[in-house]
Amino acid sequence: MQRYSIFSLARNALTGHKNWQQVWRSPSPKKEYDVVIIGGGGHGLGAAWYLARDHGITNVAVVEKGWLGGGNTGRNTMTVRSNFLREASVPFHEKSLDLYHELAKDLNYNLMVSERGMITFIQSSAVNRVQMQMANTMHIYGAKYRMMGLDEVRRRVPIFDPPDDMRLPIHGAIHQPRASMVRHDAVAWGFARAADARGVDILQQTEVTGIARENGGVTGVQTNRGFIKAKKVAMAVAGHGSVVADMAGIRLPIVTQPLQAWVSEPIKPVLNEIIVIRSYHGTYLMQSDKGEIVIGQGADPYPSYAQRGTIPIIEDATAAVLEVFPSFERLKLLRHWAGMLDMTFDGSPIISKTDVKGFYVDVAGSGGFKTTPAAAKTFAHLIANDEPHVLTGELGLDRFHSGRLVPEGGVSANH
Amino acid sequence: MLLIPCPFCGEREEDEFVFGGDAKRERPTDPTSTSTEQWVDYVYNSNNTKGESLEWWWHAQGCTKWFRITRNTVTHAITPESDR
Ligand SMILES: Cc1cc2nc3c(=O)[nH]c(=O)nc-3n(C[C@H](O)[C@H](O)[C@H](O)COP(=O)(O)OP(=O)(O)OC[C@H]3O[C@@H](n4cnc5c(N)ncnc54)[C@H](O)[C@@H]3O)c2cc1C
Ligand SMILES: [Zn+2]
Repeated sequence: MQRYSIFSLARNALTGHKNWQQVWRSPSPKKEYDVVIIGGGGHGLGAAWYLARDHGITNVAVVEKGWLGGGNTGRNTMTVRSNFLREASVPFHEKSLDLYHELAKDLNYNLMVSERGMITFIQSSAVNRVQMQMANTMHIYGAKYRMMGLDEVRRRVPIFDPPDDMRLPIHGAIHQPRASMVRHDAVAWGFARAADARGVDILQQTEVTGIARENGGVTGVQTNRGFIKAKKVAMAVAGHGSVVADMAGIRLPIVTQPLQAWVSEPIKPVLNEIIVIRSYHGTYLMQSDKGEIVIGQGADPYPSYAQRGTIPIIEDATAAVLEVFPSFERLKLLRHWAGMLDMTFDGSPIISKTDVKGFYVDVAGSGGFKTTPAAAKTFAHLIANDEPHVLTGELGLDRFHSGRLVPEGGVSANH
Repeated sequence: MLLIPCPFCGEREEDEFVFGGDAKRERPTDPTSTSTEQWVDYVYNSNNTKGESLEWWWHAQGCTKWFRITRNTVTHAITPESDR
């Protein structure tokens, strides 16, 4: 792997940028792998890297039907945070934040981690109660989550200007200082480059169409580029979980729903923090490094694989933003897009073995960009050892059988 | 924006309606002979169909009728139940 540094940049600048190496290979599929990972998003590519680095398993292929990060990894709004409610969630999400802060060095790839902090407005006593409960769980695990008065909100966010007669007045806020924004494409590319350097084959334009099984265990995957034998098969295909699991005869407790985002034209820096207007449909906004105001909301209210969203959501959330930040009224919207979430029934991710031996599932759930490094690391552990990592012992499919759910839906937002 | 055909009111915009779920799910009829696996499958697992799906919808902001339509979850094409 050609290492990136200020010196390699200078050297290549002096030689006209003609000597940069290809970032990863595009090999033909081998006949057989120890592990085939389905899905070339952050979760799949990350799992491949951790398999190679932490477990010495390098005869691995990542099979992606489109291009790397072209699923939800390249579509999300880049927010990473750990404000959750349950004891099974907080340490997992905290671990992910820790990993995000060290990954750029490990991968030798700039992930542009930007620690903006997140401010969630409190507009009702119900929200206040839940946020306080969250804060208590988070404090147990050393995660900072603190109340913030309106005077501090005004100081940090000078353009905050809600009307006096707001229907649900903002009484205060709660703040997670360590919530950050991370460049999403870089996460996919950084993992891909580092995994490739350790011998992982990345097979783009390769779609899995079937999962072969014998005697209750997997034997390989059928693809548009032929059959690939595999000792183990692991899927991380956010938005297509049911479709791919069905190929192995597994039914999952998920529903696929669109999630949308839209951005304004770029403007000069006016907003540092990530803002959540919880009581208005979970609307959230932030200003990207490019200067665009990025807006998002909860998932669309019905299942869809269309990868496009419904208009009332855009109207609702934009209205919420304009009520609190009336000065954005003159901004023009530039772009809008949607991705697909595999929403689990309790709102928590699934990282699990299945009834098919050697077939593992990672369902990112409602907001799986923030979990990418922790999910990838624990998924690799599960694939290598056939046993869950301590952080994900309670996030397996068996929780739907035992009734020990990890309810986060309705409490935490999607981003 | 979906235009959803309510059998009583005709086509209306989607935000008058509430999605009521997959109409193909069947509750086990006899609890005494239903295994835990079957209950778990009924309560949590879903068909999550990619393609044509038979669904319940509720005209909550209109006549309040519950009815079924077939909706393609990829193209969003809708067929009213009466046309089938
Ligand atoms: C608009 C939007 C905003 C979001 N904002 C946030 C946020 O701010 N913070 C946050 O934490 N999360 C956010 N999310 C959620 C987050 O993006 C996803 O949970 C996460 O990216 C999932 O990563 P992944 O690697 O599991 O899946 P993906 O990146 O979707 O990768 C899965 C890959 O599998 C491939 N695939 C599917 N089927 C097959 C097949 N049969 N054969 C081969 N390949 C296949 C797909 O092409 C895809 O590339 C957002 C999502 C959206 C849509
Ligand atoms: Zn009606």
